Amino acid sequence: MITFSEIETTTKRASKAAGFSWGVAEEIGKSIRSLELFGLPGIINLNQYLKKIKKKHPAKITKIEKENKTDDKELCPIYSGVAFLDRCLELEKLKSLKFYNVNYPLLMLPFISRASEIMSKKILVQFDNSNFLLNFDKSIFSKNIEKQTQSKAKVVNIEFIENKNSFSEQDWKELYKLSEETFVDESDDLKKTAAGAGLTDND
Amino acid sequence: MSKINIKLRDPNEVMKLSRLGSFHQSKLSFLRSFIREFKDWEYKRNIFKLDKGGYGVAVYSFEKNKRNYSLICFSQYINPNERSDRVIATKWDTAFVLHDGAPTQEDINRLKENVPKQEIGRMSYKELTLSRANKSVRVFDHVVNSLSEGKQPDRNLLNKVGYLYRTTAVYGSGKFGLADRFRIKNRKEVYGPFRLEMMLVYLVRQFTFDQVNHIAKNKNPDKAVQLDENIARSLGIGNSTGLGMAPFIVNHPTLLHKWIYSREKALKEIRSIKVVNNDEFIFFKNCLTKSKAIIGTWLTDSEYQNKKINSLKSDLIKFDKFIEKDCSIKIKYLWNTIYLWVEKNLNEECVEYIVSMMMEPYDKIIDPLINNMSSEEERYFSIPGHRKISELKIILEKKYQSIIKINFKEKNSITNFWFISKNKEEPRVANRYEEQGAELEQPLAIARDIKQLYERILKTNQSKTVADFLLNNDDLRHVVRRAFITDQFPYSEIQDNTIGASLMPIDMLRLKLSFFGAVKFDPRSDKWLRINMYQGAPLSHELKNSDDTWIYNSLN
Repeated sequence: MITFSEIETTTKRASKAAGFSWGVAEEIGKSIRSLELFGLPGIINLNQYLKKIKKKHPAKITKIEKENKTDDKELCPIYSGVAFLDRCLELEKLKSLKFYNVNYPLLMLPFISRASEIMSKKILVQFDNSNFLLNFDKSIFSKNIEKQTQSKAKVVNIEFIENKNSFSEQDWKELYKLSEETFVDESDDLKKTAAGAGLTDND
Repeated sequence: MSKINIKLRDPNEVMKLSRLGSFHQSKLSFLRSFIREFKDWEYKRNIFKLDKGGYGVAVYSFEKNKRNYSLICFSQYINPNERSDRVIATKWDTAFVLHDGAPTQEDINRLKENVPKQEIGRMSYKELTLSRANKSVRVFDHVVNSLSEGKQPDRNLLNKVGYLYRTTAVYGSGKFGLADRFRIKNRKEVYGPFRLEMMLVYLVRQFTFDQVNHIAKNKNPDKAVQLDENIARSLGIGNSTGLGMAPFIVNHPTLLHKWIYSREKALKEIRSIKVVNNDEFIFFKNCLTKSKAIIGTWLTDSEYQNKKINSLKSDLIKFDKFIEKDCSIKIKYLWNTIYLWVEKNLNEECVEYIVSMMMEPYDKIIDPLINNMSSEEERYFSIPGHRKISELKIILEKKYQSIIKINFKEKNSITNFWFISKNKEEPRVANRYEEQGAELEQPLAIARDIKQLYERILKTNQSKTVADFLLNNDDLRHVVRRAFITDQFPYSEIQDNTIGASLMPIDMLRLKLSFFGAVKFDPRSDKWLRINMYQGAPLSHELKNSDDTWIYNSLN
């Protein structure tokens, strides 16, 4: 079995050889390692993508807005992902973003996943029928991945999920009530000697 | 005297290559912390199936609380003309792997097919570290012959070499299929860096003793004697180390910081001790006396190293006089007085030697630092893109003061380049004006690239964010990341030019090897050196009662 350390080193070197700078290649190495750790097909997608751009290196993204598209060009998942990651804190206010015509969209995921950790927010990513819930770079919950590689997504939707409970008030109350059964009733004497007792708080 | 405020030493001075290349082993060294951690584990020789010539399989283990680490040794005959310490070698006298748990026969069979092949073999996640070693034929044969004739070997010869076997690489952390670090990083016993590599080398040392005894006994069953334990104890394991270590310390900045910071924090705390008691001072002086006796066995043909050794010897004479004449425990902040004198009057080689010695009496200061000498680089990998260019400029001016003064337009400043060799995938350094391949340079010219970054941001709108800057300057992304790491971890960066004409790559190797606990630095060129590990270390059956100053016992 190829180890994660080997995956990181080799994908970094391969990405440099494919024309990315060392700094971006380092990001790619970490990202593919991360995808594979999460059980997603990073190696296959990167290999296909690097073959695709062998003859013509993709254009760099020059800015990130709510809607990102170019008239006749395809977006590079690496440059889009890196740019997204670098400015994730300022993008938060947009609540959601769209990237159009993204090559090998799965390769964007690890950058957004790292952004989720930096922002302390879950992020939902959707392209075509595939959905990914990115949880603070700790896990990726995925649904409807139709095939291992997807060479292009017409639209990649990114939505920042507000920090809110995933359960009802009622569920919480019921569980809390049950947890109370681990508590012990305190006697009056003990209450008198607990922290802060017997002192004036106006001294 | 009121309390004095001792500061950590300035990274701009400590992280110079000449200083880092003067570091010596200390109580913080990984060999020593390994023995402290594992001394109460149960050691066993589980399998020893060698033929009369000493070829076959052996298994050794450490076990505690149901955790087991097993070294599997494969020894084979090789033709003398196939024996090479170069990393490009393909056959070795012995090959070793550290297995996680007790190996089954199936594991041993699998590993027998792979371990002797080293880089072209494949290990599994159940294996932790991998190595190989060649005999020091002259010493090995002499020891076997002497023992088989009922005599102990010549101590003078053994002291000159110091080992029976020399390893030529010790691999770990996901290489060649070995377990990735994350699989074991939460085990308390391996918190210290390179702990399993240190375990492998320790057990290899024991195998070398068992093997010579075994061969001698088979050669002459009636007359053979066992290797005297005092002699065995004074032998270590040799190692030939090349440039592979140099990129490691550049590519693991926060780890480097943790190592150096631990040393600096120890020094700061020791210098801050107001009253030094008599036991502590005597302990220091005893270690110094024993250690000085060993310097005479540091033999090398390297002019560079001999200059350093001679400088150390003459400085130690001055130091002895100073200690005798001017030092007493009546002096408040005695260690600080000593340190200030040493820094003012002695060369770097001796300054760092004394710094190591000053740690000896202080378990209570050193022990808590040991578990803080590992790092998870990925935690500090992300670039804070929201920060302003003006902030990055301040970081560069503050943290890279001397580097941004280097003129990289001069040919001598960029003479060398680092690359990965195609035939062995190993790091190499070469002269860019004489060799081909500079266009494939590795990102290890940190000083040059930091200077370029500085020049570029001087021309950039200072209110821009780093994220905006990187959109058009991603060729410098790797050093932008480093600058922010260095801002948090001041000892993470070598404050020198690693591609200049005057570069001595062995300074980078020595830095790392000193933290390993290696001694007897013997540079064979400016790019590789031989060292010795575990000379003087307790034998396996002595571990439980061993004390931490074993490193100074190698002449006993």
